Amino acid sequence: MDAVAIRLESLVRRFGDVTALEGITADFARGRITGLVGPDGAGKTTLLRLIAGLLAPSGGQLRVEGLDPTVEGDALRVRVGYMPQKFGLYEDLSVQENLNLYADLRGVLGPAREQRLARLLDFTDLTRFTSRRAGDLSGGMKQKLGLACALLGEPNVLLLDEPSVGVDPISRRELWRIVRELAAGGMTVLWSTSYLDEAELCDRVLLLQDGQLRFAGPPGELTARLEGRVVQIRAGGSHRKLLQRALRIPGVIDGVIQGQAIRLVLRDRISVPELSSLAADAGAHVLSVKPRFEDAFIDLLGGGPGGESSIARLMPQVAPGPFDEAVIRASELSKRFGNFVAADQISFAVRRGEVFGLLGPNGAGKSTTFKMLCGLLTPSAGRAAVLGIDLKSSASRARQQLGYMAQKFSLYGNLSVAQNLDFFSGVYGLKGRARTTKIAEMVAAFDLQRYLPDSSETLPLGFKQRLALACAIMHEPAVLFLDEPTSGVDPVTRREFWTHINGVVEKGVTVMVTTHFMDEAEYCDRLALVYRGQVIAAGTPDALKSQVANERQPEPSMEDAFIELVHRHDREAAHA
Amino acid sequence: MPDSLRRTWALSRKEFYQIVRDPSSILVAFVLPLILIFIFGYGLNLDTARMRIGLVVLDQSTEASRLASAFAGSPFIDLVPLDRASDAARAITAGAVRGFVVIQSDFSARLKRGDTAAVQVVTDGSDPNMAAFVSAYVQGVWAHWLDVRDAELGLPAQAGIAIEPRFWYNPAAISRFFLVPGSIVLIMTVIGALLTSLVVAREWERGTMEALLSTPITRREFLLSKLIPYYLLGMASMSVCWIASVTLLGMPFRGSLWALWGVTTLYLAVALGGGLLVSSVLRNQFNAAQAALNIAFLPAVMLSGFVFEISSMPAPVRAVTYLFPARYFVSSMQTLFLAGNVPRILLVNCLYLFAAAAVLIGATAYFTKRRLD
Repeated sequence: MDAVAIRLESLVRRFGDVTALEGITADFARGRITGLVGPDGAGKTTLLRLIAGLLAPSGGQLRVEGLDPTVEGDALRVRVGYMPQKFGLYEDLSVQENLNLYADLRGVLGPAREQRLARLLDFTDLTRFTSRRAGDLSGGMKQKLGLACALLGEPNVLLLDEPSVGVDPISRRELWRIVRELAAGGMTVLWSTSYLDEAELCDRVLLLQDGQLRFAGPPGELTARLEGRVVQIRAGGSHRKLLQRALRIPGVIDGVIQGQAIRLVLRDRISVPELSSLAADAGAHVLSVKPRFEDAFIDLLGGGPGGESSIARLMPQVAPGPFDEAVIRASELSKRFGNFVAADQISFAVRRGEVFGLLGPNGAGKSTTFKMLCGLLTPSAGRAAVLGIDLKSSASRARQQLGYMAQKFSLYGNLSVAQNLDFFSGVYGLKGRARTTKIAEMVAAFDLQRYLPDSSETLPLGFKQRLALACAIMHEPAVLFLDEPTSGVDPVTRREFWTHINGVVEKGVTVMVTTHFMDEAEYCDRLALVYRGQVIAAGTPDALKSQVANERQPEPSMEDAFIELVHRHDREAAHA
Repeated sequence: MPDSLRRTWALSRKEFYQIVRDPSSILVAFVLPLILIFIFGYGLNLDTARMRIGLVVLDQSTEASRLASAFAGSPFIDLVPLDRASDAARAITAGAVRGFVVIQSDFSARLKRGDTAAVQVVTDGSDPNMAAFVSAYVQGVWAHWLDVRDAELGLPAQAGIAIEPRFWYNPAAISRFFLVPGSIVLIMTVIGALLTSLVVAREWERGTMEALLSTPITRREFLLSKLIPYYLLGMASMSVCWIASVTLLGMPFRGSLWALWGVTTLYLAVALGGGLLVSSVLRNQFNAAQAALNIAFLPAVMLSGFVFEISSMPAPVRAVTYLFPARYFVSSMQTLFLAGNVPRILLVNCLYLFAAAAVLIGATAYFTKRRLD
């Protein structure tokens, strides 16, 4: 059998004037896991759809298992399993019914059927949930069910489009275990992902940017290029401020907060004197560390967005006011939906110019609390105030002072980018020249020019988020509410978001954010851990981590702290 | 079982699950028919009951008073005696009467001379339908009175003919009897076109289409799996409608059930084809529902002859009605319920419905793509 399962030769795909893929040439070896990585809009989904025969190429050659997907689609579909990015199963059907449907469609019959269904259910650990409706499954279980359906026909080629988005860390690990086993059995796997720690797990990686192939090879090869260019500075105090200063140093192309330290990528393998003095100021040293794939990825894409936020430059300085100690105040906020208590006596205060994070598992009550604070939900009890304005009595006056970015894309999908900007600037009362100027500034700052006439529904996820942020800050609010702003966006865009957040905070804007990325929690000045409707812990990231530090784990990560604090709460609840 | 049949069955079964679990399709298929049938069967009535008509008698002769009592004796008229024409004008403005009759002072004199006697009829033109009824009733009473008078005087009947109307197929002229078959057409249109306009668009919107397209299903299997479940749903609903009409409303049914089955099958094929076509082309549930409403449902209400008589429409509009399949189904249903199997009417209707179904389902197949672009 041919060792090459999929062969691409100068593959081109255009959508109207836009070229989604520009002459991609690559081979995919049988029985290997190939990671498909790249920023949003790079062409990952288009490539998978071409291979699955769901789109026809505009030019070039494509052979999958020796077949041409355009001409020999019927023969090909039997050999290819495809899992789309959007959950493609029927939510009103049970797990078993979905599996039966796909078994019938893929011609899995006879004694082999029961055997294979049982094996897949076991494999994906869904046996206990066969009668549950697919719509009632958690995100991780949905993805596993999607995978099981794609695997039913025992395909030779498995195409997975961002299978781990919105999946908790434990389920993600399980997905990988399953796919590894399959590849070991000779299956060719294409795994598209925007999580770069996953790219490191692949046998081979294809890195796409703007429809062009930037790198193809084992991830280690790319990472090796950065040997000696990655450093860490371990220091106490505000890591966010330290990072911001470090990113301003020429020669530093990327940086993130990592636990107790900041991690920086340098342009060259030489030492940067400014960095050493920066470290010395903080009473720390510059340590060289092993590069990760993420470092190499950002390097290949030309470095991170830098420490300067184009948005922050446009924002006016927020003047100090009488409510600086509690710009946002939650006093014993409770929300009941019928018998269900979504938020239970939540209290905290956020100071001016602070990044305050709400952290917690799905369904913990983060979004409910959040919505009460920006006047979208009326509390059942307690009081929510922004800048001293009670949201119950004068929500609209408060809303003029705050910017809100919803978790789900909540702009008008049918309107173009330009129309959305126009609409929201009008809603917030911008007029005449000020309005035109503001829109032009937003377009420039968020690089939206080329998407202006497109309907916002069709934008790549990262650009949707940018547009949503642009619409939320056009009226220069003093308080910014961001609900999961970086869920599902690629690392470059995530960095860019945090640069903007850090930038506007410097201008005195108060930011409240929810996130499920534990490393992002490190960017917050203070955190509240929400679990089952209650704040079970609050404080600075370091304070939370030190609460769980012990001899066995002297330096816990945010994720460790999170899991431990939740467990502790459960144990106490069990005792009480 | 051959692959193709198995896949079609598997997809149809899935569609059935979705229908059964979605309360709205059950409401549309079984509850809405009953509501509509009862509204049209009992609530809505186009038959006119007794009408209030004013009478001003300015002639003191016996002839005039005999005419006045003829009006009073009419079973369709509630007579309101008035003194002056100006009172009558006030009464009509106030809405107290639908119209009035003035027997002029020279009535008997002119009648004796053999002249055209003057009886003035004034009607409330703000409701033209009612106005036409008033004038027709008054003329009826007048004609009858003349006949009786001629007979008494020993004169030969004026025209030598006495008109005695008889309504065939619906002897009592009960409006319910032609409204109910029409309302069944509405229900079939809702099930056939409105429900199915959502189903393909839903697959696109929810992303399930992409997963389906990556399996070995063919275009024909996909379409059949949409047509079969909704066809069966439509047939089940038709059974409910038929039973309710015949047993609860006491509707006659003079055709054969085979003919009913055949015509319904053809009409459902047309409606399903139309619904699936807009759904496949628009790929958006809201837009598809709007389109189906405008091209299938509204014409079925307004241009099918179900409530509004086609023969009384202006010629251009009348010509347009030939384009809408609902017209042919309404005519077939009214024929089957009230007249029986009339091959000349039914065959022409069926021929048209068949052609329309072929065009619409063919177009749907053309627009059902095996790829995303």
